[in-house]
Amino acid sequence: MAAVAAPATRAREITNFAATRDRRAFVSTLMTSLMALSVLAVLVPLGAVLYTVVSKGASVLSIDFLTKDIPVVSRSVGPGMGPAIFGTLLITAIASVMALPVGILGAIYLNEYSAGGRLGKLVRFLATVMTGVPSVVMGLFVYITYTLRYKQNAFGGSLALAFLMLPIIIRSTEEMLKLVPNNLREASAALGCRKSRTILGVVLPAALPGVVSGCLLAIARAAGETAPILFVVGAANAVNSNPFKGVNTALSAQIFANATQPFVGAQQRAWGAALTLLTLAFLATMIARMITARFAFKR
Amino acid sequence: MNENLNFHRRGELADSAFRYATVAAGGIVLISLSAIAITMTKRAWPAFDKMGLDFFTTSRWAPNDNVFGAKAFIFGTLMAAAIALVIAVPVSIGIALFTTQVAPTKWRRPIVYLVDLLAVVPSVVFGLWGVLVFAPSATGFYNTLHDVLGPIPGLGDLFGEASSGRNIFTAGLILSVMITPIVSSLAREVIDTCPESDREAAFALGATRWEMIRGSVLPHAKGGLVGAVMLGLGRAMGETIAVALVIGSSANISANLFSSGDALPAVIANQWGEAEGDYRAALIGLAVTLFAITILINVAANTIVSRSIVKTQGAR
Repeated sequence: MAAVAAPATRAREITNFAATRDRRAFVSTLMTSLMALSVLAVLVPLGAVLYTVVSKGASVLSIDFLTKDIPVVSRSVGPGMGPAIFGTLLITAIASVMALPVGILGAIYLNEYSAGGRLGKLVRFLATVMTGVPSVVMGLFVYITYTLRYKQNAFGGSLALAFLMLPIIIRSTEEMLKLVPNNLREASAALGCRKSRTILGVVLPAALPGVVSGCLLAIARAAGETAPILFVVGAANAVNSNPFKGVNTALSAQIFANATQPFVGAQQRAWGAALTLLTLAFLATMIARMITARFAFKR
Repeated sequence: MNENLNFHRRGELADSAFRYATVAAGGIVLISLSAIAITMTKRAWPAFDKMGLDFFTTSRWAPNDNVFGAKAFIFGTLMAAAIALVIAVPVSIGIALFTTQVAPTKWRRPIVYLVDLLAVVPSVVFGLWGVLVFAPSATGFYNTLHDVLGPIPGLGDLFGEASSGRNIFTAGLILSVMITPIVSSLAREVIDTCPESDREAAFALGATRWEMIRGSVLPHAKGGLVGAVMLGLGRAMGETIAVALVIGSSANISANLFSSGDALPAVIANQWGEAEGDYRAALIGLAVTLFAITILINVAANTIVSRSIVKTQGAR
């Protein structure tokens, strides 16, 4: 029979236990508060950047700013970002027209046709890797293969952005197709539909909200890309509506060019352009989130 | 009857046409990635051929003399990315743990949205803020750090004098903000694969929340977290415009975190406009180097992440 501890030892054990318990609880609380703190730590730069852009940009923003041409002399004070806004919309729109169908078809291949095959696995892997290709590399690639022959123009920028969007669209669309329940496909097949008809008529419509929101996020990210624009689009001060001829410009490139200017006027235009670009990107993101929250399949 | 057959045949054609269209779309990824590798290397060849290994091992970058040594740029890229990781990794894992293990379920979505907002802010806007607002006001803080930590032997070398706010440390700091969304969202995904039963088992044994995380969650997520960190590293190294604006643009190798430097993508963005001939080939050479490094890191990271997810969750 085990000896019962002397009352003194027993008391020490109990206090020891209490001390350990307190220490453990303290460590746990400490780590938990560190985790909470890291969430707060992210809000600081986010808040600082948003606050500066909004406060500095809002004083510049006006109808004139959104529509007038960019001053040729960067020293001059006053509005004009019209051509850059037009350029951003034009370049991003053409890029989307190219990247969306290819990306969605690619995702359909991965999820509906490849069936765990080797090519499918390779393509999926490469698409994931391709999301990590730096935009500056993509810009130079388009410069070498396109711009050297056809000169700087808006379409080159669209090509570069399309390459950057493509893997993101493939991956996000595939995730959405995965969420479509299999019995929808089986029901369609049981009714005698061919596979292509099942996909286009049943699977894709079912996944559409998620697909649309994924694409919007990809577009929002592409609209802010700068490096490729610098190389393959060039710089312009007036609106150029021909994507295949002549240099063009975009908001991101204008922000970059004006950020390093010592002149107040140029810096003001940079802040205004930043606010415009940020607003466009946030709008696209918000719409995407609303679509997902309302209509998309949930995990 | 005949008409029926025709109809049947047309449908079959359309079906296989659609199938081939999807295969072709998938193939575009394969083709474009290899086209990037091949054409870029071919264009950069004059510079690689001329400089040989010196391209990577010397740090004199003098386009006027046709001398191209990229070591300082590689150093700057690694240094800024390392600073970014040191800051972003603990914060990102903290965020991921907070959202998955601590926060009530209804907080989860708002926190994720908020962190993801950082990913929506374009790189150039971070750069603009960094160069016009942050860098000018950070110089004083850097020099205070230098005064306090500078005299400590060893450590003091890292915290030298800051002559300007545009330096490697500022670049690393801004990069850390930019990679936090991707690292934390991947970390969240990996941590989420920890089975509920393991967590409950730890609690049932009387573990505190932190003991549960250390004993059940982190061992499960270890591999995936390494992958997430590597993906963040890849992003940090490829990030161009924000770094180009704040890193100070000088080919410079020094232990001092507060000295200006330069990074591969930033050099390309800043100098491409004025480059011709061999100079151009050398810049493309920098891009090839960057491409190779980021691809390697991405391949490794993705392999690690998908392996660890398969291991803990079974193949999907």
